[in-house]
Amino acid sequence: MDLKNRVEQCLGPKNFVVAMTECQGDLSVEVPKRSVVDVMRLLRNTPDLGFNFLSDLLGVDNLDLNKPKKKPKKKTEEGEGAETEEEPKDKGPSPPRYEVVYLLLCLERNERLQVKVRVEENDMEVDTLTPVWKAADWPEREVFDMFGIRFKGHPNLKRLLMWDDFPAHPLRKDYPLEGQGEERHLIYDD
Amino acid sequence: MNQNPTSQTSYEPGNYVTINIGPSHPSMHGTLRIAAVTDGETIVKADPEIGYLHRGVEKLGENLTYHQFIPITDRLNYCSAIPNNVSYEMAVEKLMGIEVPEKAQLIRVIMMELARIADHQVCIGILGVDLGAFTPFFYLIIQREEIYEIFEWFNGARLTNTFGRIGGVDADLPDDFEQRWEELKPGVRKANDETEKLLTHNRIWMDRTIGISAFSAEDALNWGFTGPCLRACGVKRDLRIDEPCCMYDKFKFEVPVGKNGDVFDRYIVRMIEMEESLKIIDQAYKLYKEMPPDAPLMARVPKVIKPPAGEVYSALESPNGELGFFVKSDGSANPYRIRIRPPCYMMFQALPELAEGEMVADLIACISSLNIIAGELDR
Repeated sequence: MDLKNRVEQCLGPKNFVVAMTECQGDLSVEVPKRSVVDVMRLLRNTPDLGFNFLSDLLGVDNLDLNKPKKKPKKKTEEGEGAETEEEPKDKGPSPPRYEVVYLLLCLERNERLQVKVRVEENDMEVDTLTPVWKAADWPEREVFDMFGIRFKGHPNLKRLLMWDDFPAHPLRKDYPLEGQGEERHLIYDD
Repeated sequence: MNQNPTSQTSYEPGNYVTINIGPSHPSMHGTLRIAAVTDGETIVKADPEIGYLHRGVEKLGENLTYHQFIPITDRLNYCSAIPNNVSYEMAVEKLMGIEVPEKAQLIRVIMMELARIADHQVCIGILGVDLGAFTPFFYLIIQREEIYEIFEWFNGARLTNTFGRIGGVDADLPDDFEQRWEELKPGVRKANDETEKLLTHNRIWMDRTIGISAFSAEDALNWGFTGPCLRACGVKRDLRIDEPCCMYDKFKFEVPVGKNGDVFDRYIVRMIEMEESLKIIDQAYKLYKEMPPDAPLMARVPKVIKPPAGEVYSALESPNGELGFFVKSDGSANPYRIRIRPPCYMMFQALPELAEGEMVADLIACISSLNIIAGELDR
């Protein structure tokens, strides 16, 4: 039986599957945010799935996907031309503001699975995965650092790459590439 | 393991001394900082801090076109840039559904395995230097320089190779590659032999490496270890065999597996892997010679790369372990999101467990043997 059916069979009866998509052979399954830890335990412990390795964990900001697409006109000599807005196409429900993507791997069968969780702006908290895989420690800190998504129950949820009092979350789509002029003020304790 | 005071959880001043190792310190590979709480010379708690070399590579990728991002990937693992380039190219090719011509795949294999040898040589050489064995470093670094000369002669740069293009490679191997390769091979073997004679059965080397920062296979999988460090723990996992890309399934080679997962096993696994890489290059070059000289090097790729909307994850076995790229496209000419899964990032987060109860000098050996490269750690 192929992976899609097996995942469906495992998660389906408990209503854990929100959506399933496939892109170039990569299967991704969207699960409800509140039950993400249960889903991971289920995927790890079900014998014919056995996703026993957390390959990676990352965040995605979908802000620009929700925007209507802009078509820049040819630049005139006076400067930038006016931009016209295209009508947004109806493609079903719009994607959530943020997503957390878990990349799982089954070492025995060499199968990979993407598990996705929607995170909306009014509820930026996801349960931590560190009790299931210790490997989730730093990736979760990085997602918190870069997107501001908090992981409930994480043992040490501090910024990872940026400094502790950095005021923004740089990988959000509304953060400019060149930064906002933040400066690091070195504070020496003692 | 030494006397282990970790059962105590309070670090009152007077009992313990906190020392900062790094961020700028000769034995820290790049810019890492470790705040180590020590009891005498024993580490009670080692707290790694990273981010000193953070350049926002993922953010940069969102603002460049697909081809413009290839030179940025050079700056991830700067000891072996070619696997970074190929891994990224493979991810975009997967997203677009491009089939790379066989000849280009063979050139990629040859160059990647050369990069693997160079990376392992640096890793072992530096491990020796960190433990006070200076001579093997010179033997290995001379050979590494020979490999870098091949890179330079092939694509014009020693370290930042920008090798290949999306859909294949841009240039064929030069005509006298065979001659240069035959000249290089005995040198690499000789340097490896000399290193092995100096280190492997050396009493001091064994005392300094055997049993140091040993890790069980279960822990290693839980922490997301890949590559030589996972194989040293006894797990036979190599993406070249398990998820073969670039025609790796056509070559015969051994995957060395350790037992204890300590510094010594990591060193031995790397030593054997270099020998296996030499074998792979021989086989790949033999296959390459059978190809017609006018075989295509590039697949049919549009001039402006606009993959269809979607997201894929693609990984290959870089010298350090699983190097993966998650690429999300929204159908425009810029990637919507690029996530890099660097191998040593996952391993370095286990440092508190690896270093607990070890001596300060062994912490340095542990970091060296994990082959932490700050460029791919901080991105």
